[in-house]
Amino acid sequence: MAPRTIIDKIWDAHVIAIREDGDCLLWVDRHLVHEGSHHGFAQVRQRGAGVARPDLTFGTADHYVPTRPSIAVDPDSARMIRQLTENCAEHGVACFGHGHARQGIAHVAAPELGLTLPGLLMVCGDSHTSTHGALGAYAFGIGASEVAHVLMTQTIWQSRPKRIRITVEGVLGAGVTAKDMALAIIAKLGTGYAAGCAIEYAGSAVRGLSVEGRLTLCNLSIESGSRLGLVAPDETTFAYLRGRPYAPQGADFDRAVEDWRQLATDADAAFDREIAIDAREIAPTVTWGVSPEQAAQVGGLVPDPADVSDPTKAQAWRDALSYMGLTAGMPIRDIRVDRVFIGSCTNSRIEDLRDAAAVLRGRRSLVPGLVSPGSAGVKRQAEAEGLDAIFLAAGLEWGGPGCSMCVGMNGDLVGAGERCASTTNRNFKGRQGKDARTHLMSPAMAAAAAVRGHLCDVRELMAEGQS
Amino acid sequence: MIALTTIEASACPLGLEHVDTDQLIPARFMQTPRAKGYGGFLLHDLRRDASGALRPDLAVNDPRYGGAQIMIGRANFGCGSSREAAVYVLADAGYRCVLAPSFGDIFSSNAVKNGVLPARVGAADIEALLADPVVLAGGAIRVDLAAQTISVGNKSIPFEVRADWKKQLLNGWDDVDLTQSYAQDIAAFAARDKAQRPWATPRAG
Repeated sequence: MAPRTIIDKIWDAHVIAIREDGDCLLWVDRHLVHEGSHHGFAQVRQRGAGVARPDLTFGTADHYVPTRPSIAVDPDSARMIRQLTENCAEHGVACFGHGHARQGIAHVAAPELGLTLPGLLMVCGDSHTSTHGALGAYAFGIGASEVAHVLMTQTIWQSRPKRIRITVEGVLGAGVTAKDMALAIIAKLGTGYAAGCAIEYAGSAVRGLSVEGRLTLCNLSIESGSRLGLVAPDETTFAYLRGRPYAPQGADFDRAVEDWRQLATDADAAFDREIAIDAREIAPTVTWGVSPEQAAQVGGLVPDPADVSDPTKAQAWRDALSYMGLTAGMPIRDIRVDRVFIGSCTNSRIEDLRDAAAVLRGRRSLVPGLVSPGSAGVKRQAEAEGLDAIFLAAGLEWGGPGCSMCVGMNGDLVGAGERCASTTNRNFKGRQGKDARTHLMSPAMAAAAAVRGHLCDVRELMAEGQS
Repeated sequence: MIALTTIEASACPLGLEHVDTDQLIPARFMQTPRAKGYGGFLLHDLRRDASGALRPDLAVNDPRYGGAQIMIGRANFGCGSSREAAVYVLADAGYRCVLAPSFGDIFSSNAVKNGVLPARVGAADIEALLADPVVLAGGAIRVDLAAQTISVGNKSIPFEVRADWKKQLLNGWDDVDLTQSYAQDIAAFAARDKAQRPWATPRAG
């Protein structure tokens, strides 16, 4: 057989039928549903149909669950949460609803429960489903009609994507994280570069990431426009998965590992595009605009639209600076923040919280902020390690697990005109609240911004901590 | 799904790039049952100024394009989240087609599922359309899906669309009906796969 990429190997293993036009009907191994899946369930009901494989479908409440005890749940959000539980119960689908010990953001809970495995094809009605690629799964977000289709048939129609390999070689410097790697990639390539493509992340710097780091990297794949991003499973992956509740156990696990080792891209397999990035060129990175590609190293300046020759792009930059209330040419580190948010499917895992706590330990935040662990499991682990006490002592709020202030559907919003240092994934206009201004960055960088009250290079605080 | 063959209607020259799904419909409206209609949420926050008044400088607020069924955007239209509501707002406001040089991947797939054509038009042609006097005056233009052309006055502009989506839209096909015709293949695959990849079945947890 001709050499194949990991993308092709997983694809080929899921093809049920090929249509004349080349589209394939693919088998779905895992379908994650959340409160927003109500449109999909409604379509199933309209057809008088049922859920084909409830045993491969898992529900978790994340988008609308309250994450701050101080904020009352509004009736509409309560209805959304209840509707998920009811829809799952009606169709015999396991549901980690609000208050469940396994509840969490779908893209945080599923990997930690061992629902995400190498070689699986996974879908969810959420664009950040690409996250699960970190464990070598072929995972992508779908819309409500497709949610309904998967519920009814456990399959999905797809066209074979173009394949891109992004190879990051070298070692990331101290204070530089997977978030910086992801933002640097998007800033370099632009949000439209990988439209509709599948990305394999490779190279020693990617291999060097923990599973948590890989989850962050793959999470942001969608922000480059790609359908999905993945990392070939290796010893790091297998060590992470061993013993997780839904993963195979004992001898079954060992047999699975033998299969999973075969998934890696063959030596001579061809990609449609190859990108090489030097890890040494990646520094702590923040966004300054209203698209994830509008990002720059924290030591730099807010860019000047006058330097852009393309008039449409220049206008987009002027518009972004106006919305963000920034002046071209000002040092990025002079940008003052009003609050911080540490959480979301991008950066709410235990390592993220450890990174933030390491910066905040023994320090005070100059601005209010919320820390929201990604799952009930992460919350328990963080509290066992005493991280909650560090955040509280720094003056931040310690919340519950959910999507929270990343998208604000549960009422946790950034106020109009307020500027938030945020570990989330989208700095779109109004994303965290109407007229809210979002700067994306790593958990350590958000913690550093909290301590200084303005954007700053976390490496300065790390040096201070050592002296 | 209703078949889409030709559209003859005015076009809204929105002309913005990176119109993300949070702009198309802010998240706070997404609890609404579809039956209530989503048209009023289209670009809800973008169309209003700080006081809540409709911005006169935005084409989508211009009465000349009140009956538009075609939206003209710039690059990366519909980027962002998987929310199908970003298409519901367009469909419920009467739009059946979006013209742009490029689209968000999930958005364009969602559009087709709702009978909305995501037509890829070259960047230079988009600029020409945005400046065209017929378009600007709110005159009708014609989109012919079978021929993959847009007619404006006596000009003809080509567009691209994935072949499978074109067929689906032209015929008004529904995915679920099509898939159910493969029921035997699906059952055979599931049985074979269970033996080949026993680890793919989740443990009882």
